[in-house]
Amino acid sequence: MHKVKNKDVFKVSWTYDKAPESTDHIQIKKQYDLYIDGKFTKPIKGKYFDTINPSDNKKITSVAEASDKDVDKAVKAARKAFKSWSALTGKERGKYIFRIARLIQERAREFAVIESLDGGKPIRESRDIDIPLAANHFFYYAGWADKLTYAFPNRNPKPLGVVGQIIPWNFPLLMASWKIAPALATGNTVVLKPAETTPLTALKLAEIIHESGIPKGVVNIITGAGETGAAIVNHPDIDKIAFTGSTGVGKYILNATAGTHKKLTLELGGKGANIIFEDAAIDQAVEGIVNAIFFNQGHVCCAGSRLFVQESVADLVIKKLKDRMKRLIIGDPLDKNTDIGAINSKKQLQTIEKYIKIGINEGSEIYQPKCKLPKHGNWCAPTLFLNVSQSHRIVQEEIFGPVLTVQTFRTIDEVIEKANNTPYGLSAGVWTDKGSKIFHLTQKLDAGIVWANTFNKFDPTSPFGGYKESGFGREGGLHGLKPYVKFE
Amino acid sequence: MIPNLNNLPTYDTVGVNERVKRFCTRSIKKSSKVEGLKLALNMIDLTTLEGKDTKGKVQQLCYKAMHPHDTLQNIPTVAAICVYPSHVSTAKKALHGSGIQVASVATAFPSGQSNLEIKLDDTKFAVDQGADEIDMVISRGQFLAGDYQFVFDEIAAIKEACGKAHLKVILETGELDTLDNVRKASEIAMYAGADFIKTSTGKIHPAATMQVTYVMLDAIKDFYLKTGKMIGMKPAGGISNSKLALHYLVMLNEVLGEKWMNKEYFRFGASSLANDVLMQLVKAETGIYQSINYFSND
Amino acid sequence: MSRLDIHKTYKLYIGGKFPRTESGRYYAVNDNKGKLIANMCLATRKDFRNAVVIARKAQNSWANTTALNKGQILYRIAEMLEGRKEQFIAELIVQGETKITAQKEIEAAIDRLVYYAGWSDKYQQLFSTVNPVSSNHFNFSSLEPVGIISIIAPEKQGLLGLVSMIAPAIVGGNTIIVLASESKPLSAISFAEVLNSSDVPGGVVNILTGKKEELISHMASHMDVNTIVYCGKDEKDMKTISELASNNVKRVIFYKKTNWDSDESQSPYFIEKTQEVKTTWHPTQV
Repeated sequence: MHKVKNKDVFKVSWTYDKAPESTDHIQIKKQYDLYIDGKFTKPIKGKYFDTINPSDNKKITSVAEASDKDVDKAVKAARKAFKSWSALTGKERGKYIFRIARLIQERAREFAVIESLDGGKPIRESRDIDIPLAANHFFYYAGWADKLTYAFPNRNPKPLGVVGQIIPWNFPLLMASWKIAPALATGNTVVLKPAETTPLTALKLAEIIHESGIPKGVVNIITGAGETGAAIVNHPDIDKIAFTGSTGVGKYILNATAGTHKKLTLELGGKGANIIFEDAAIDQAVEGIVNAIFFNQGHVCCAGSRLFVQESVADLVIKKLKDRMKRLIIGDPLDKNTDIGAINSKKQLQTIEKYIKIGINEGSEIYQPKCKLPKHGNWCAPTLFLNVSQSHRIVQEEIFGPVLTVQTFRTIDEVIEKANNTPYGLSAGVWTDKGSKIFHLTQKLDAGIVWANTFNKFDPTSPFGGYKESGFGREGGLHGLKPYVKFE
Repeated sequence: MIPNLNNLPTYDTVGVNERVKRFCTRSIKKSSKVEGLKLALNMIDLTTLEGKDTKGKVQQLCYKAMHPHDTLQNIPTVAAICVYPSHVSTAKKALHGSGIQVASVATAFPSGQSNLEIKLDDTKFAVDQGADEIDMVISRGQFLAGDYQFVFDEIAAIKEACGKAHLKVILETGELDTLDNVRKASEIAMYAGADFIKTSTGKIHPAATMQVTYVMLDAIKDFYLKTGKMIGMKPAGGISNSKLALHYLVMLNEVLGEKWMNKEYFRFGASSLANDVLMQLVKAETGIYQSINYFSND
Repeated sequence: MSRLDIHKTYKLYIGGKFPRTESGRYYAVNDNKGKLIANMCLATRKDFRNAVVIARKAQNSWANTTALNKGQILYRIAEMLEGRKEQFIAELIVQGETKITAQKEIEAAIDRLVYYAGWSDKYQQLFSTVNPVSSNHFNFSSLEPVGIISIIAPEKQGLLGLVSMIAPAIVGGNTIIVLASESKPLSAISFAEVLNSSDVPGGVVNILTGKKEELISHMASHMDVNTIVYCGKDEKDMKTISELASNNVKRVIFYKKTNWDSDESQSPYFIEKTQEVKTTWHPTQV
């Protein structure tokens, strides 16, 4: 093989001027109240907290903090609305949800910009992925509202009642739609709490829901941190809790609701294996690796954070991967050319940095491309850890950042064993040109989603959820209806 | 010698489409846009390949090549004029002293359906007339039938006939059916001595696409890593506006990087792209959207 | 002097355009007092033949349009129809409906479109299966559109009957040629205008007006038509259709009901009837 002396022979020289998405059409209020019973109402204790732009750590606006009394108010409103909402025909219920879908589509760009401002994700992702998917979720479940008897033949599906929903900060609007759309379609009423670092798009969604004319109290959106979440979990008049977030909190919810009648759906952490076989389309696999771990700064529960490469192609894949990482543009989330945006919060950045230190101390080889990170705000360069083994903490624990561990393997059985050797079981990826290998691994991998020759794909029609400590219940698709109905 | 074609990287359309979409979402604005447009203009092989071409038409085109626009300052000329062999001498004369190359298609263009002798004569004629670059077509029939040795030998023979002239090898990707075949044909052409690999004749639909160009750039990259030899790339046909040309340049930039970002290693085979680039350059300078009526249509 | 109204000319709808019949013929549609409402195109077998060619051209790309997009397009039709409700009510009244029944019919038609819009990305989830075969194979069955469908629309409900036929056929990825109600054809052509402004690609829905007796045999016998749907009760028509359809083993569907009001007039089975089942086997061991 020819020796390339200048390592940076494929250096990129043409740099693109800043192309920021315009923000002048965005409407953000000075202060946001709680959306309860069809009105924006002040929190009973009068407390507010700031929501911060993670790319410069400046305040965007302030948001109400809901106390247990506010939670109670919201639950009462939802309980009151439940009777008539659940009695409405599916057809009419569906029409409200269709309206919400359309209103999101109409105001999509505004949502995208706010999502990137508040959460730090690149505008390319919020514009092309998060927001359209959120609208499509409403569209999909709107259609189910009058078709539930087909989803559950020979049963008589009934709504559960009031559902409490707690969502994370990595896909704020999308997670809100994953939660709200199926709940409404099945006739439940909702109390939803977005994460404290990313409440804005959920509050904008409250505005849209209000504009849709949906009866008051059917959807209540309240903001706050862990305590507010706990108040929802522990409220005696809530029939179901749907939670997406860390496995730690998931276990707390399991404990707290033990012995109550509450139904649960938990979508928790992950440590997805991404497996590259020697017969894979290597360039696309490299692209898939990048997409699996650097999508949304790695703040993805189903991220492919453990890479397994077959030994015979490992050098090539790693070389190509490093080369590809040099081309990633890191910076202003609102710049249309940004590939990797800001880390969602200071706290999360500290967690990621802690793990990077652990990785180095454990003796793994670290690689980060040279890239200029902005001075202010929370940033982390895309990171590889080579020479790791199953026993390393960075291989075992969820980092929730742009950090990938790389291991090699020789045989199929070996990689299946390693891939399954984790408490988690949310996602996995398989890259090979051989169909039978794909289906063999699909059968053997303990994961709720297996992507073959692709990664991090989402669709309203496709169920999402995990095995083992990654939680239970499915969101999306026909299976996503089931957690919101009971049979008599 | 013909390379081993059994272990080539493979491609699937879904994956390549996603990659290409990423290049297309790059937003090129302000000075980076002007820089890109000028570069694109400088990379154009201004082409006329019609049965109805005349001496006058070729002369006009050469004038356009040398003076793309009357008032715009600091704009480059195009890279080359691309014509049939019978117009090479006209072009050569018209472009004398301008530094603009004359490229000629040859080898029973566009179908390639003739014997080697005639193809060699065709090539030699164009070279004798003064062509600096030869754009040959591969034998797609033999390629699809699996006779790769034939395709390889033919390219190697033409390369020899070219002498000092640069050889661009047209794969006619619109007839090759799959991206894996595009990769295979690229490999054969590069090992057989191509200086450039080129997507299309412009006579078959689809002509150049970003997808096939991506696969060919990828092949060029791997070839460089193996041999240290830089091969050029020429997408041709269907690239008629500036926006698309900038997408191609983004792709070139991010796949091969700065060493390839010049006319020695990248060309656009196009006829109407030049005027669109000029329109955009005038727009960038004046801030006013332009009409094609104000740009000479040669 | 009072202003003179401009009357609307009703033409055919083929390939996203509104041509007159190639024959230049027409037939008069009168109200129940015998007063002329409109001169409708009397479509010929050649108009039908042209429509089939166009429907075939449109079929592949329509079938490959994502389920999400097809659903959005159907929903868009409903939106546009809602916006032109008054016009349809007026037309239905001219054709003999009362204000109340006209309003009921248009609203049911809108809701029916929304209903099938919802099925677009769901019917596969009901009717497709993963089959537990007794070998190491992953085996699954899914639906695919039959292709081109010729439809003889219900005679009585000129709008609701038409929509009840069109929506399930196209949401499943088929392209269609519909013969509108002979006695109540006005809303069919107005509905074509709605389709034409609703992102429905040209050629997916083609609407003819004319005489059943002239067209039925061609709609049943055409070798490039995959399925024929007949709404009506005429035993002679049904026999003709069954006989002629046998030429190319055309699927034949008869709907004898005349009232399309109720919720039983809609179901995913209307979609499923215009689908083929495809089963794929794939090994699962390396």
